[in-house]
Amino acid sequence: MTPAEIAAQRLRTPWAFGLNRRTLAIRWGIGLLAVVYLIYLHWLFEFGKVFSGLERLWVIVRLMVDWTGFAGWDHAELLQSMLETVAMAYLGSMLALLISFPLGFLGARNIIPARVFRFFARRMFDGMRGLDQLIWALVFVRAVGLGPIAGILAICVADTGVLSKLFAEAIENTDRKQVEGITSTGASFIGALRFGVLPQVLPVMISQTLYQIESNSREATILGLVGAGGIGLRLSERIQINAWDQVAYVIVLILITVALIDNLSRALRLRLIGIPSHR
Amino acid sequence: MSADDPAYRLFEQRFGARRRARMAETMLTAATAVLLFLVAAVWTDFSPEKIYEGLPRIGQYFGKLLSIEPLAGADPVPVLAFGHVFGGVKEPQSIAYWFYRIDVYGTLLWQTVQMAIIATVMGFTAAFVLCFPATGTLMPLRVLVFFLRRLLEILRTVPQVVLAFIFVWPFGIGPLAGILAIGIHTTGALGKLFLELNENADLRAVEGIKSVGGSWLAQIRYGVVPQVLPGFLSYALLRFEINVRSSTIMGFVGAGGIGMELKRVIGFNIYEEVSAICILILLVVVILDLTSERIRHRFIGQFA
Repeated sequence: MTPAEIAAQRLRTPWAFGLNRRTLAIRWGIGLLAVVYLIYLHWLFEFGKVFSGLERLWVIVRLMVDWTGFAGWDHAELLQSMLETVAMAYLGSMLALLISFPLGFLGARNIIPARVFRFFARRMFDGMRGLDQLIWALVFVRAVGLGPIAGILAICVADTGVLSKLFAEAIENTDRKQVEGITSTGASFIGALRFGVLPQVLPVMISQTLYQIESNSREATILGLVGAGGIGLRLSERIQINAWDQVAYVIVLILITVALIDNLSRALRLRLIGIPSHR
Repeated sequence: MSADDPAYRLFEQRFGARRRARMAETMLTAATAVLLFLVAAVWTDFSPEKIYEGLPRIGQYFGKLLSIEPLAGADPVPVLAFGHVFGGVKEPQSIAYWFYRIDVYGTLLWQTVQMAIIATVMGFTAAFVLCFPATGTLMPLRVLVFFLRRLLEILRTVPQVVLAFIFVWPFGIGPLAGILAIGIHTTGALGKLFLELNENADLRAVEGIKSVGGSWLAQIRYGVVPQVLPGFLSYALLRFEINVRSSTIMGFVGAGGIGMELKRVIGFNIYEEVSAICILILLVVVILDLTSERIRHRFIGQFA
């Protein structure tokens, strides 16, 4: 191959000879910007403190694994709070299911064609979803006082936003043929919804609700940190008095509970709709 | 075929039996759900009277969030009024009056978003390093796979707010504790998603590189990474959206961001500032969600 042939080939297929200067310059530029940005963040958040803190973290970890006082801890109280947490998650999710079932239909394009109405319904779902559950919990603790009710309401509101949106999308994705078939036999609007739409969306709804119960029982464990009931309150008390061994114990309790609920929900999902995992 | 045809009768009989069995099962499931609901309600004192008592209070509280007292002790008025919307900072019922501390909120929101970014970068890096040795199809060492999987599980199951609360002790009050907590949780969550992508990756490329004498690292770098990288990035962007939400609450336990200010104004009952901060958080969350969705669809089409 002569140099001339190579030059001709380079003209025909420049990408086969490596990146051109412009692309390279852009890539280096982006890389440099990223490095500068990371240095800025390093300065903004004083990452040097990580190294001085590691020593103290090590002390805490060592205290965490020392369970010599195990027999003396208040097991009854902790288990009771753990159950309360699960109950909160279940109640909140079920209430959210009850509320979002009709809301989902109201937010779906093929059920309610009015655009303005749907727009406001969707924005309301976004608003409920956009604020974290813990923020809702803090607000509800102020409104209805300390205790699990604030937590249940927080779970319910945040969850209604999520479920209504998912339900509305599931309803919009249904096949119209089934509905038309039902309508052609002279069925009413409600009849068409019951036998045309509902059978198509019910598996999605069950799956999503089970998933929400799972994820809410994780989330509910922290609601107590702001006073909204459950195991979080016990955990926060123990962190504040630096009882690190008990903190570790509570975290282990949380891990076990979450694993149990995950497995239970997987089994239920398999039984009810024949799909082992979410999505 | 008439109604007393034996085949027809058999069909009716079996259809009826099946239908009754299904119905019984549905009723049983529903009854269990209702029973559990009642048990949970009793356990948490969630009684109808309490709801009835609480509902007006919730209404009042949300009403207060959207009203101001122009002068101390005066009757509360709505935060916005038609004639005053675009008035200055000194004019009650205007946007400027409602959001008069926007500079403070702005700084804190900026910090919150930066926390989410750096935590996502940290989590992505750690998950990227850990996910390849944790994939059964790529790593022959079973013990290492098992160990790493359990590690990732633990990292993602410990609630991040709890981690942040613990980290406030060694690392001091401030965003650093929050960043580390979110980063650790992100490592666990992304690591699991990444290794699932790795498991689904086509192994022929890996075998090709192995056959020409490529090391394990080379097999990963040239055999797996090009296949899975778009999926990784898509998941990382999704995680970033979640992390922005998480970093808004880190301040509740002293771990930096807008949460500290929100907790303070809720605690001191500065009602109109509570609603102002919540609206700003919502705005930031929605804007970042939309941007990240755009990026995902544009660059990583088939995975998003």
